[in-house]
Amino acid sequence: MRLNEGTVGKTYKVTDVCVDEQITRRLEALGVNEQTDITILNKKGSGSLIIKVRGTRLALGKKISDGIKVKGE
Amino acid sequence: MALKDQRRQPVMEGSRPITVGFVGNPNCGKTTLFNAFTGARLKVANWPGVTVEKVEGETSYEGHAIRVVDTPGIYSLTSYTIEEIVTRKCIEDEDVDVIINVVDASSLERNLYLTLQLLELKKPVILALNMMDIVEERGMEIDLHRLPEMLGHIPVVPVSARKRSGLDVLMHAVVHHYEEGPQGIVVHYKPWLESLIDQVEGALRQQYGEMDNMRWHAIKMLEYDREVNKDHPIDLFHIVSRSYEKEIINEKYDYIEEVIDECLFNKARQAAMTDRIDSLLTHSVWGIPIFLGIMAVVFFLTFTVGDFLKGYFEVGLEQGSRTLLTVLEAMGTSRWLISLIVDGIVAGVGGILTFLPNIFILFLALAFLEDSGYMARVAYVMNETMSRVGLSGKAFLPMLLGFGCTVPAVMAARALATERDRRRTILITPFMSCSARLPIYVLFAQMFFKDHALLAAYSLYLIGLLTAIGIAYMVHKGAGKEEGDALLIELPEYKTPNRRTVAVYVWEKVKDYLTKAGTTIFVASIVLWFVLNMGPGGLVTDVSGSFAAMIGRFLVPALKPAGLGSWQIAVALISGLSAKEVVVSSFSVLYGISNVNSAAGMAQLAQILAVDGFGALNAYALMIFCLMYSPCVAAIGTIRRETGSLRWTAGMVIFQILIAWGMSTLVYQIGSLLVG
Repeated sequence: MRLNEGTVGKTYKVTDVCVDEQITRRLEALGVNEQTDITILNKKGSGSLIIKVRGTRLALGKKISDGIKVKGE
Repeated sequence: MALKDQRRQPVMEGSRPITVGFVGNPNCGKTTLFNAFTGARLKVANWPGVTVEKVEGETSYEGHAIRVVDTPGIYSLTSYTIEEIVTRKCIEDEDVDVIINVVDASSLERNLYLTLQLLELKKPVILALNMMDIVEERGMEIDLHRLPEMLGHIPVVPVSARKRSGLDVLMHAVVHHYEEGPQGIVVHYKPWLESLIDQVEGALRQQYGEMDNMRWHAIKMLEYDREVNKDHPIDLFHIVSRSYEKEIINEKYDYIEEVIDECLFNKARQAAMTDRIDSLLTHSVWGIPIFLGIMAVVFFLTFTVGDFLKGYFEVGLEQGSRTLLTVLEAMGTSRWLISLIVDGIVAGVGGILTFLPNIFILFLALAFLEDSGYMARVAYVMNETMSRVGLSGKAFLPMLLGFGCTVPAVMAARALATERDRRRTILITPFMSCSARLPIYVLFAQMFFKDHALLAAYSLYLIGLLTAIGIAYMVHKGAGKEEGDALLIELPEYKTPNRRTVAVYVWEKVKDYLTKAGTTIFVASIVLWFVLNMGPGGLVTDVSGSFAAMIGRFLVPALKPAGLGSWQIAVALISGLSAKEVVVSSFSVLYGISNVNSAAGMAQLAQILAVDGFGALNAYALMIFCLMYSPCVAAIGTIRRETGSLRWTAGMVIFQILIAWGMSTLVYQIGSLLVG
């Protein structure tokens, strides 16, 4: 499923990242990659999210949160 | 011994200088540290990506000559971006003896990723832990004994680039460790990956012989790194069939988690507090009202308290100006020079200086919001609203500031991530009615709209806002399909704002503002004075014979369709370029009314204007024009500096004049049809 379909407070494992090359690289360097655990901290109806990954808090727009595919723990 | 004394020691003859490369993430304080290190004064800005090319400096310590190279900020040592390639080339080709890896200690886990890659290079690395003060403020602790143990026993030196502390130790580490690389292998990958690395190393050795950093080359090969493949191509087909980049990244991050677990204390408590605050401040329903509430407080402070202080500045200015006049007269200075100094320079520059309290309070409040960590949240909270018109959530802040003053608002656009977003935001910011336009609205609304004055003034604020949004929307649509809502920012943990950081931030902004008053405004005031006081035959006593009047008359035909067809109005509008509130004072000068803000003055001005057939509709068209035409010289100068493009700035000015003319003409013509 897509990351923005997840529930606040739950942790998911990334299965695939399909966004623009540039953003993929940036996410990789931030430690968002296949197999990474992501916890959703906050979510808006539009699909924007705040996530916690590898000890960092990130705010993601819909475009990126759409492209990150995850599965439940 | 102090750093200065160590530097003064004579450089040993014949010794080769030690080359030090500064490498680190964007915005980790690398350039500030580089400056402190070399005594250079490079430009530092608080948005990432300031250093795009490498910069060099020189210094010496304990008799060693040291060559220092600053590199662009990077997140990783891959070769996907220009910055990464520049940095890698610099480390490999420039014979960098020792790398100073500058790390933002307050976000250690993110910064260590680059560190681990640098360690694999096997070059001597010194870890400079910057921003330790912030770590301490947040109540966290870093185990400075365990950390180097986990990082191949490289020297770890806590420094503060801002306070210039720890520099001695860092210099010392450079001259004593520039020949010692990291010990052993820091990150051990899973056995199957390690065996692949061994195989690639073997293949490389067969083809190219022994290399310094065999393991690094092998790992980069497995990541399918373009540059390494280009320099040392080998046939990997019999070993691997795909890129193992993702596995390699993940294992590095797993190791970082171990390091953080063992070396960073008290992180959880701080994180829990941040989560609690965030659950309210970034709430999906309450987030926006809370943000608007905070901004309302900021504006209240800026305008109410600021204006209160501004009153004192104005009184001071008036007295100073009067004293100056007396002194100049006593000295027997010629009349025209007195007029130039008092009416031109003092009125112009001084007038701008009286806004200092507003600017000071505005930026004090902003510094608090930024340093506390809230500013990054605003982008998230406002993201949807702004992305509808193709702007990032971060663009909201500069727009709001525009209601105060365009100059700081344009400067605040620095916070935006891309050049495209910055320019778009800068383009629409001037349409927010700045406080200098308020006197114009107040005067003309009171003169011509009597009981509905407040409504008339409000409508202009609204029209400005709608125009800005409309323009953003059109630019967004005009640019075709855009990548949309790609917001990606880090949200730092909340902390109590640091007094020093806030002070530095405010001082920088105030200094910028003062510099501008001393340069741009100073020159503009002089030019304006000459235009208003000189005619073809030299100095004139009556303004109607001045160059300004000539230019004004020349412009009358163009302004007629907008209902602004008199040379006095044209001159007032031109002089408004020096500062918008000057439009008001120009009206009083041009029509010879002593106190235009008093009831009697207004009645008198309205009467004079009525003779030319200037009524409520003309007044409204005038206000629309003042709202939209190009901002004052100070703002234009700032825009020029922030965008770095004279052409773009000129284009914007022309665009704004056209839109002002178009809108006021539209209002006047349609209004004329309706009324009459």
